[in-house]
Amino acid sequence: METEETINNWGQLCSDEMISPDIFGSGRPLNRESFTIRIFLMTLSLLTLYALFTMDYQGVDIAKATMDTLHNFKIIFMEPSTQRLGLWDAFYEVLITLGLAFLTTLFGGVIALFLGLLSAQNLAPRRITCCIKSFVAFIRAIPTILWVLIFAVAAGLGSAAAVIGMTFHSISYLTKAYSESFEELDRNVIEALSASGANWWQIVFQAVIPSSAAYLLSWTFMRFEINFANAIAMGAAAGAAGIGFDLFMAGGYYFDLKEVGLITYIVLAFAIVLEMIATHMKSNIHQKA
Amino acid sequence: MQQADIFVKRRNDRWIFFAVLAVLTVGSVIITRYDVLKGFTSIVKAFVWGISNFYPDIESMAKLPDILLKLRETVLMSIASTTIAAVFAILLSLAGSRTTRMSRFFSVMARGIASLFRNIPLVAWAMVLMLAFSQSPLTGYLALFFGSLGFLTRSFIETIDEVSHDAVEALEATGAGYFHVIFQAVLPSSLPQMISWLLFMIDTNIRDATLVGFLTGTGIGFSFDLYYKSMNFHAASLVVMLIVITIIIIETASNMIRRNIM
Repeated sequence: METEETINNWGQLCSDEMISPDIFGSGRPLNRESFTIRIFLMTLSLLTLYALFTMDYQGVDIAKATMDTLHNFKIIFMEPSTQRLGLWDAFYEVLITLGLAFLTTLFGGVIALFLGLLSAQNLAPRRITCCIKSFVAFIRAIPTILWVLIFAVAAGLGSAAAVIGMTFHSISYLTKAYSESFEELDRNVIEALSASGANWWQIVFQAVIPSSAAYLLSWTFMRFEINFANAIAMGAAAGAAGIGFDLFMAGGYYFDLKEVGLITYIVLAFAIVLEMIATHMKSNIHQKA
Repeated sequence: MQQADIFVKRRNDRWIFFAVLAVLTVGSVIITRYDVLKGFTSIVKAFVWGISNFYPDIESMAKLPDILLKLRETVLMSIASTTIAAVFAILLSLAGSRTTRMSRFFSVMARGIASLFRNIPLVAWAMVLMLAFSQSPLTGYLALFFGSLGFLTRSFIETIDEVSHDAVEALEATGAGYFHVIFQAVLPSSLPQMISWLLFMIDTNIRDATLVGFLTGTGIGFSFDLYYKSMNFHAASLVVMLIVITIIIIETASNMIRRNIM
């Protein structure tokens, strides 16, 4: 038994080495994987070197700027304080940002639930699946900030444009996540239900959604975490309300690093709590799968 | 009886869930001053406006060389910041992963740095760096670098923890040294997954570069900002189309690479 185990381990190790990418050039013959990896890493390094050498530094004194930045960070992290923005105001602004993120996630989730059902291969015909998948890919290709600004032309800068613009990326993310969760449902369940005369809606609401509810909830929360970060960015760049806007004003207009420090600490506290919950939910998914 | 209880409980759970959802929704609508009606009507309005105004015309084509130059700058900047961040992230993740850490202290440090860098908003990085580096591409490059460093470190730690445990154990049993284990077991077995994360990060960074450019006045984000604020929507739509094409090309290439290595 013991010998067998050792041999198994050896076998794994050997096969690992066989398929392992040979990045150290020890003279083994190249297979497709290691060839691709090698070419990719080489291209990436060349592009990076090219980028660094051709970058327009505009006469920035890098050493001095680095020292200045370090000094600024020292102010931010060591001496945060409230000036224009009281502590409670700051918390209220974070609540607004959380509200924006929540609305975005809710709208995105509801729409993505339907698109997810229509793009799951075990629930919808192939043609519709493909259509929705390319639609979703197109949505993702446009950065969130551009969606928000495009909607701002019609709705004016503010929470309406921000929520609707951010909803687009949530739809594309959640549609993909939901449809993958739906696809994990056993095909036999669907067949059994449809053989007993259940229609599509009954199958969806009695079998598909209940059995994947835990996954859906976890994915939705992970998106909420992303949307919180997005809502901060949109507050800064697109004039949506919330803590992001205060951060932009403190950093870009008043040059008040102490206030930037305070806002950064508050945002960090919220973000880390959200991250911890998301990690916990993710490990639950892994355990179930 | 037992069965009925389960159904009642399930129904009650569902009611509680939807009630909480409703309360949170109403709360959010009030606190963000979100105008529901305006929100929905503006979708229709935006599409009508988009079809009648938001397309590139002949005149905007004259701006094409300028835009392409900015686009090249942005793409190169995103790639460079991702690559350099990946190099540092590999070192941090080797220190942070449970399988490869040298001591508990370094592991906690590395995870802390990853979490800190990932959760400081990109806007804060951009604003602070701009004070010292002004409106040069370096500002955007560094802002993306710090964000990517946090994200990649976290992903790499997860990858190493998931992938390389068996291989490390086997190699350690043969008495291999630390660096031998790293170079012969850990890196080779987790490299494909790491490259997958790297590709994802390049993709994300190009989109984030638009945002950073918008805030700091560099790259493609600045071009869009310029045309958008001067109401030159034909040129602005050209910028959007070029970004879409770039992202789709990079996504296609990423998928091809992933198919080859995974």
